[in-house]
Amino acid sequence: MLEVSNLECVRGDRRLFAGMSFSVKSGELLHVQGPNGSGKTSLLRMVCGLVSPVQGDICWGGENIRILREDYFKDMTCLGHLSGIKEDLTALENLRILMELSGRGVSEEALVAALARMGLAGREALPAKVLSQGQKRRVALARLVLCSLALYRTRLWILDEPFTALDVAAIAVVQTLLSQHLHNGGMIILTTHQDLDVLSKASPAGAVQRLSLTS
Amino acid sequence: MSSLVSALRCVVMRDLTLAMRRRADVLATLFFFVIVVSLFPLGVGPDMATLRIIGPGIVWVAALLASMLALERMFAADYSDGTLEQMLLTPQPLVVLVLGKTLAHWLVSGLPLVLIAPLLGIQYGLPAQGLGVLMLSLLLGTPVLSLIGAIGAALTLGVRGGGVLVSLLVLPLTIPVLIFGAGAVDASLSGLGAQAHLSLLGAFLLGALILAPWTIGAALRISME
Repeated sequence: MLEVSNLECVRGDRRLFAGMSFSVKSGELLHVQGPNGSGKTSLLRMVCGLVSPVQGDICWGGENIRILREDYFKDMTCLGHLSGIKEDLTALENLRILMELSGRGVSEEALVAALARMGLAGREALPAKVLSQGQKRRVALARLVLCSLALYRTRLWILDEPFTALDVAAIAVVQTLLSQHLHNGGMIILTTHQDLDVLSKASPAGAVQRLSLTS
Repeated sequence: MSSLVSALRCVVMRDLTLAMRRRADVLATLFFFVIVVSLFPLGVGPDMATLRIIGPGIVWVAALLASMLALERMFAADYSDGTLEQMLLTPQPLVVLVLGKTLAHWLVSGLPLVLIAPLLGIQYGLPAQGLGVLMLSLLLGTPVLSLIGAIGAALTLGVRGGGVLVSLLVLPLTIPVLIFGAGAVDASLSGLGAQAHLSLLGAFLLGALILAPWTIGAALRISME
């Protein structure tokens, strides 16, 4: 379980939020809402452990993530608003390296299958620079396909705008992945400007929490 | 332990693959080094005695500047496409990842300089023994330049005009390496023996290997905030 208590975020000399507390339990999805500049990405980066909060604690299973660090990263998959895709590497190489560094050596077939699931069959060997914006995003999201398999599962997914640049078919795939993950007892924190409809399809009723930030 | 080794290998192979796909960047560093070293004999004139005195120093200064040239690329590209962020969020110890990146960086920007240096040393009339010591001193010294440089590169990530700033930060720190690197060749030419200088360079390398990766890791974490 992820517990956040009394979190404060300051960017520059502006305080974006303070005294924020929430918790995400197994099988729950937390939808972080708010206008541009209200601190959604900053909040996600804090929960990832990239930014240490000015004040407040973020605990994973009762232990502060700053102490857990690598043990926490083992349980978490984070997709930022930058895709984390190298233009000069092929889709397959990108995915393989991402998985290998997260400590999960994945077989070639599983990688190809994950890319195929994201609609990239036949494009595995193309360098990412010739792929469209949406296709690059799909490569990044292919990681979720792998992280939802029992063998490589991570319990917490933190997704910053996972639906941007995706077409209807890809959104449907991601929705299925999210709902599967929740069904398997995973946790998801995400931001999106898409219709709430998108989320209600992704998660069984009642498991969605909303967190609204104001600017 | 084996997972650390495989993480290290993964990062090194990744960066080498990337470097091979952008060969122009690698060659630019090497050509810069070759051209700078070759300009001096043309400018100073063909007096062998003078050239022999300034030779080791010039090769070393050129190697220093060439390694500065390559520093900018070390983390900047990974920073702007988000792959660095992903690396910081992996369960691998950051020290290992940083060591891998620095090793790969040295292999593409430092090692070629070491290999070509004897050829350039001939322009300065250095004897065979001097060329050997020059190569050895560069072999020990250029990894230190990469390690120290990486600290500067990590600290200036995302800063506008970072390139110049890196040089200003890093160059003063590399002075000891320059002194003992060029000094090793001079000492060997004057018959004193290069052993003392080379031992000190080796000590710098060990010290940097132990301390720099932690510092680079901490600098990266600060820059990512």
